[in-house]
Amino acid sequence: MDKLLFGDNQFFGINHMSEEKARAQAIRFQHTQAILDVLDAAYDEGIRTFMCTTHERVAQICDHVRKNPGRYSEFVFYPGMPYAHKYANAATEEGMLGMLKRLIPAEGILNALFRGGMSLAAKDIDGITTLLIDAEMKMFDGLNTPVIFLQNVVTDLLLGLGITDAFSIFAEHVRKRYGAEPGFITMNLPMLLDMLDKAGIDNPIVCSSINKVGFRMCGGIEAYDEAMRRRKFRAIAMSVLASGAIPPREAVEWVCARPNLQAIVFGASGASNIRSFRKMVDEYWNNKVPANAQLTSA
Amino acid sequence: MIRICVVGLGKMGLSHLSIIRVHPAAQLVGVCDLSKYFLDVLKKASGVATFTDYEKMFAETKPDAVIVAVPSRFHAGVVKAALKHRVHVFCEKPFCLDWGESAKLASEADGAGLVNQIGYHYRFVAAFQEMQKLIELGSIGKISHVLAEAYGPVVLHSKGSTWRTKKEEGGGCLYDYAAHPVNLLNWFFGMPDQVGETVLGQLFSSQTDDEVYSTFRYRNGLSAQLSVNWSDESCRKMTVKVSAWGTLGKICADRQECQVYLRDAANAPAGYGKGWTVRYTTELTQPVWFYLRGEEYSAQLDYFMRCIESGERKNLNSFSSAAETDRVLSMMVEDARSAPQVPRKADVGVNVAARV
Repeated sequence: MDKLLFGDNQFFGINHMSEEKARAQAIRFQHTQAILDVLDAAYDEGIRTFMCTTHERVAQICDHVRKNPGRYSEFVFYPGMPYAHKYANAATEEGMLGMLKRLIPAEGILNALFRGGMSLAAKDIDGITTLLIDAEMKMFDGLNTPVIFLQNVVTDLLLGLGITDAFSIFAEHVRKRYGAEPGFITMNLPMLLDMLDKAGIDNPIVCSSINKVGFRMCGGIEAYDEAMRRRKFRAIAMSVLASGAIPPREAVEWVCARPNLQAIVFGASGASNIRSFRKMVDEYWNNKVPANAQLTSA
Repeated sequence: MIRICVVGLGKMGLSHLSIIRVHPAAQLVGVCDLSKYFLDVLKKASGVATFTDYEKMFAETKPDAVIVAVPSRFHAGVVKAALKHRVHVFCEKPFCLDWGESAKLASEADGAGLVNQIGYHYRFVAAFQEMQKLIELGSIGKISHVLAEAYGPVVLHSKGSTWRTKKEEGGGCLYDYAAHPVNLLNWFFGMPDQVGETVLGQLFSSQTDDEVYSTFRYRNGLSAQLSVNWSDESCRKMTVKVSAWGTLGKICADRQECQVYLRDAANAPAGYGKGWTVRYTTELTQPVWFYLRGEEYSAQLDYFMRCIESGERKNLNSFSSAAETDRVLSMMVEDARSAPQVPRKADVGVNVAARV
């Protein structure tokens, strides 16, 4: 895994600090070419992994990368699914079953009906879950997706509900069908690690908010540090700037010093911001506690 | 430990269930829904006792508290049964479609000394809490006008039908969306004395409203405008914003930030000065033990649990405050119904033609 991953929040009008900024970004990136220009800048800066949602516009990025294999020979996607608002809005408008009907792709309808029908009859979440994963993964056909993430809304909903099986179903399907490693995005890292242990997922990849002000780090900074020191998992930090609440240099210096940190996901809207962030990470990365610290200290 | 159960496993019920199941003070003793499918999945996964009859669940599990998240028109029935069993109640918004029923249940719950709370989660959004505090302190002087807005992309096509798209079941933009800014206005300023110029418009829905506009007037001279539309595709998700103009400044708050303009430093509370001060959610929001869709959803349930534990019975978002919100919503329905009809375009055309 590369130490720097490029995120996509900024492209889709997501900003946890300001609705005005979010709208300005949505306007700026409403044409896909504007997104591609920024991705090109990141790629040319050596950042090859795009950690993205399954927003419908990501499909256009996928098409572009597929059409230009020479330009993007090392381009890697880390898809995160599902794009939750799509499901939540559909559920409000059409109910739970209506939502499933709408979002299962028409092309695989026979297969879908068969598996969906079976799963409803057997009262088993397996069929419906794998069905939805396949629907979300369609846009990445033929592209390199070595890690596939479960988005935090779903990860944390299942965590709270205590549906352990769902995590192993996701992990197994992603491994078997896509030859990918399962990843999990969460706002509740320490609690999730216990759940993933229970689900029998060894050395999981987990992406969570990790920042100096403890923003959206449920359990608190100390519990996160303790987990990173003692638990066997691969940690990715997101929201390292806490949506701009921490000055970049201070934020990067702090996050790079976390024990066992494997990677940082960050978003930026222009070449110069990408470059300065990469340089800062390069500068501080070696300060972090080494990846095998738990083995030597045990 | 507080023995708690959940009735209704739709979108909000599942979210509440997930949050409360891992609350340090909660012991989940039962869930109730009409969908056997979801119940079986939950029972298999987490071993919780499941029911299709809430009366039976109350009788058998003897809970201390219940979370009610059934479609709005069924709220009253479930809440009544819960009060009969002397159970503390957290109920989803809006409370009851008939405000008289809301008021009656409020006095029953208060009389029984039970915690009674409605899920108006915007009162637990840190930026709106900050705004409420500043209004109470009189920081922007005498407030003359307020604009309360809510927009989002819920109904974008003329298809689909659930209870949320049916007016008689408590669906529609008025109950689902407008209830939130109305509830915030009541929290900030109390109930309006007059509701006028209400528009309950249809854009795509055939059985309910998609847009809501209204003007509220208060005895102290304050006026408020409500502008709500749940068919606004330009918003990624529900966006609520309240702006208030006062003699000494202005406040604009949404989920992310509280922007304050003060004309004078003399009247400024701690942390504020002359001109603009912006306080963001990242600094205002208190940490929660578990995060699902926003700190406010966890914070409101944690508050409910703490009120039960501490004996606090004058809680925020009480049934009686929600009954006031229900009452304003019904004033708006009445106002829209009695408003003189503006001739439709086709009629105007005929009149013009006749005059020529």
